[in-house]
Amino acid sequence: MILHDTHLHEDIFDTGKLEHAGLRDGFGAAIGELADSDERVVVVCADVSKSVRADVFRKKHPERYVEVGVAEQNMAGVAAGLAQVGMLPFMVTFAAFSPGRNREQIRTAIALSDLPVKVVGTHTGVSVGPDGATHQALDDITLMRVMPNMQVVVPADREEARKAIHASAAVNKPIYIRLTRHETPVFTTTDTPFEIGRAEYLWRSPQPRVALMGAGPLLYEALHAARMLEGEGIGTSVLNLHSVKPMDIDRVKEAAGDAGAVVSIEEHQILGGVGGTVAEILAQNTPMPLEMVAVHDAFGQSGTAQELLEHYGLTRGSIMEAARKAHGRAHG
Amino acid sequence: MSYLTEADSMHIKLMAHEIRHSVIEMLTHAGSGHLAGPLGMADIFAAMYFSVLNHRPQEPDWESRDRLILSNGHIVPVRYAAMAHAGYFPLEELNTLRRFGSRLQGHPERTRLPGLETTSGPLGDGLTQAAGIALGLRMNDNSARVYAILSDGEQQCGVTWEAMMFASAHKLSNLTAIIDRNEIQITGPTEKIMPIEPLREKYEAFNWNAVTVDGHDVEMFVDAIEQAKNVHERPTVIIANTIPGKGVPEIEGDHRWHGRVPTKEEAVKFLMQLAQERKIVTAA
Repeated sequence: MILHDTHLHEDIFDTGKLEHAGLRDGFGAAIGELADSDERVVVVCADVSKSVRADVFRKKHPERYVEVGVAEQNMAGVAAGLAQVGMLPFMVTFAAFSPGRNREQIRTAIALSDLPVKVVGTHTGVSVGPDGATHQALDDITLMRVMPNMQVVVPADREEARKAIHASAAVNKPIYIRLTRHETPVFTTTDTPFEIGRAEYLWRSPQPRVALMGAGPLLYEALHAARMLEGEGIGTSVLNLHSVKPMDIDRVKEAAGDAGAVVSIEEHQILGGVGGTVAEILAQNTPMPLEMVAVHDAFGQSGTAQELLEHYGLTRGSIMEAARKAHGRAHG
Repeated sequence: MSYLTEADSMHIKLMAHEIRHSVIEMLTHAGSGHLAGPLGMADIFAAMYFSVLNHRPQEPDWESRDRLILSNGHIVPVRYAAMAHAGYFPLEELNTLRRFGSRLQGHPERTRLPGLETTSGPLGDGLTQAAGIALGLRMNDNSARVYAILSDGEQQCGVTWEAMMFASAHKLSNLTAIIDRNEIQITGPTEKIMPIEPLREKYEAFNWNAVTVDGHDVEMFVDAIEQAKNVHERPTVIIANTIPGKGVPEIEGDHRWHGRVPTKEEAVKFLMQLAQERKIVTAA
């Protein structure tokens, strides 16, 4: 069942009643709020201010909006330079280009330099849709997660994205925040707990036999899957791993230990992302059956978000199938 | 009429010799690294640390300090030597270069040694950070100046040009780039590997104030630095023609010394040649 203290939307399973929004709108809202309260906030952007929802900030605070043009490598260097002199830079563009194109500058000038630059990547996942493979970032979590000093946060909806941006401002470290364009249900509320480094249960059946854990908007699908699985007699827990790094290892171990089988969920490559992180933890602590819902070493393509999510097996149906399989392997 | 007095310039030249001496010793001791580049830039680093920079070696985080960004991190021994002679840390520490646990990493890391400003090594990343620092200082009404030392090989990096465009678009007149134009890179002459000329005209086309100087003529170099302070709404680039290996006649201009260090026997010989050069300076 849905856990009361998560304060999720009261009509959570009535999708039509939920507001739908891209996670980038959470950035737009938060950056405006932050700018009003913190003079150090600067936005560095690469010719996509409207698409990443930085245009309101740009109009309101032109003196703190830094345009670099189509130059993502320079964006990372400039953001690092601004951080050096005490500013709080948010460098934001499509994740396919940052960290996709400027990973080395992020590694050297930001991560190794240990500067509190906030790298915000939008347009992640196949749900970017018609733009096709070039613009669908599917490897960004892996790219960023392997850098020492770098934190990685993958919010699940617009509200959590808003909280993540706020929380990142208070972290005196380099941090990557992964956002999306596709409009997905806003199923958390302002009261839903959010803390970097802490995983949250969203659902817990009385006797969980499979732990569903992952990050991003697919968690909403996981909740539907959990409800239907319970109807089939398979109890589950759903764990929100928004903080991919630092990962809440204890909570992962706990949820996995309670259930005896795990399904990882992400709109990202299977290699080295959220599921990869979970696999590392399980293998080192409590090896057990793990099924991974992710993109299986493939590039995206054009199509509607829904067509692509179905094609790549990123739906509640795929999550249920993975859960049945994991359940069968562990308890069958 | 030069900005420097005769005494000033003599002091800089003598410090350049001290720095070269330290560079040869520390690289020989380290057993790996780059020799030619650091020797070629000793005059400019001496000018920076002993005349140009408004800095406090005992207070490396002083907010009003001028920022010196070294982009081509592989010549950092010359910076370490200049910093040690300027009083940032004891001269003995130079012998820890490239050793396990040392603050003097093979390529400079800002988190390990105060006063370095940036972490560098991967070529091309200096001007972009310098531009961000210059913009940030201006946002904070901080009148400190930013100096970015770049290699000529780095003019082949795309991000250098992104930063060049950015610095002029944002009218960063508090930024001065200094290019070590020694015409060599690791596998040979720059104009053979990937030509970068006409370099000055390229910067001018990007709306920079561009000047060319002899990188071993400290009066000329410091004059160019001072003149840049009077240029408004545009960044300045000083293209400094230098001789790699300068100070040790035997290796001057020889690109094979770009990426290697002397043996102990070679070091003894080089230090003697350097001492000869010093006598010529002091006699002049």
